[in-house]
Amino acid sequence: MKYTLEAPFDEEKIKMLKAGDTVTINGTIYTARDAAHKKMISLINEGKPLPFDIKNQIIYYVGPCPARPGEVIGSAGPTTSSRMDAYAPKLIELGLKGMIGKGLRSKEVVDAMKKYNAVYFGAIGGAGALIARSIVAQEVIAFPELGTEAIRKLTVKDFPAVVIIDSNGDDLYHVGKDKYRNADRVNCTYV
Amino acid sequence: MRTVNINEIIEAVERLCQESNYNLNDDIKNGLKKGVQTEMSENGKEILEQIIENAEIARKERMAICQDTGMAVVFLEIGQDVHITGGSLTDAINEGVRRGYDKGYLRKSVVNDPVFERINTKDNTPAVIHYNIVDGDKIKITVAPKGFGSENMSGLKMLTPSEGIEGVKRFIIETVDKAGPNPCPPIIVGVGIGGTMEKAALLAKKALLRPIDERNSEPRIRELELELLESINRLGIGPAGLGGRVTALGVNVEVFPTHIAGLPVAVNISCHVTRHSEAVI
Repeated sequence: MKYTLEAPFDEEKIKMLKAGDTVTINGTIYTARDAAHKKMISLINEGKPLPFDIKNQIIYYVGPCPARPGEVIGSAGPTTSSRMDAYAPKLIELGLKGMIGKGLRSKEVVDAMKKYNAVYFGAIGGAGALIARSIVAQEVIAFPELGTEAIRKLTVKDFPAVVIIDSNGDDLYHVGKDKYRNADRVNCTYV
Repeated sequence: MRTVNINEIIEAVERLCQESNYNLNDDIKNGLKKGVQTEMSENGKEILEQIIENAEIARKERMAICQDTGMAVVFLEIGQDVHITGGSLTDAINEGVRRGYDKGYLRKSVVNDPVFERINTKDNTPAVIHYNIVDGDKIKITVAPKGFGSENMSGLKMLTPSEGIEGVKRFIIETVDKAGPNPCPPIIVGVGIGGTMEKAALLAKKALLRPIDERNSEPRIRELELELLESINRLGIGPAGLGGRVTALGVNVEVFPTHIAGLPVAVNISCHVTRHSEAVI
């Protein structure tokens, strides 16, 4: 199925999203990657508020290139999500509803997604110049000292993504790989 | 003896950092186009087309193809009849990287210390530099920015000689299989076999500099490259890891003599944005 989604999320929408659905996202999303996640978890542990209200939000795992003069942002494709696996379950528990990245997630993340009703989207890794076209505004809202790893508020229009893992825990990476892995196994003695 | 001033080197490195990050090389572009024809998955075809479109946008707008503009890996082949003047060669390379990444609106992705502070150096230095002294009076500079989505999926194993060619193949294919969608497939696989531990790793990195449509001149290695490519493309990972038959665009293998007791194998995985640009001074 194809859906157009507004971010932040309407909680009801999450249940309808299934692994393999393609979506375009409009609205406000936040960026955070390794260093920003580490800082956010420290804030939580110290009982301090996060730089933005995480309830119903989407975090995009990205560290963009600097913008040329007159441009909104530089190249801005997804980074590998698994590095955020140590931190994501806590954020999901606090109300994070969507993550955009690329690559595999841990069982702990998927369990949290099922328990608290969240979804994991994939964007095309290495297509940062193309994806940048769907980012219409950006503002650094926290940790500017981290450079590319600062938390940014992005306004997106027709941001393209695919549902990789849905709130039931179904995973497009597994389904897709199994489908084509079985298509022809001649002389394939190593897998 | 021919003299080369470091300013020439700084300028070349600055330019190569930018060109390599904006322009996808033709061999990979052709590999992607071929992939659109051979991919069985409709989703996969569409992703390959978007990857090609992305490269076109990057080239036209002088924008980084991928936001991970990498750690700058620089290979130097310095002719033994060249005398470098005007300052330190290493400083010149780093200055070129600093200028290239700053003026080119490229991301700065290097941290000062790997374990403790991890503070961004804000200018993408230091570069990883490999020096090699060769015959002649020229300097060849290759800049190969390496992204870490794929670098993190690489691996090295010290096999025993009894594991032989089957062990070599198994380790390479398992490494790719485990990496799955993480290294931004379709990937390029650089393999180094032989030497010592660090020699194998360096061979694997150098293998990524060879165009993917150029096979190793040794017939048995050429066959191995073709067989590995075929096996990898049966893994089912596909473009962006969503399932498909175009998981790798190329497998390049380099070999070197080794010790009677050893069989080192290094697998350096690289994404569809495998970058390298060269200049000869």
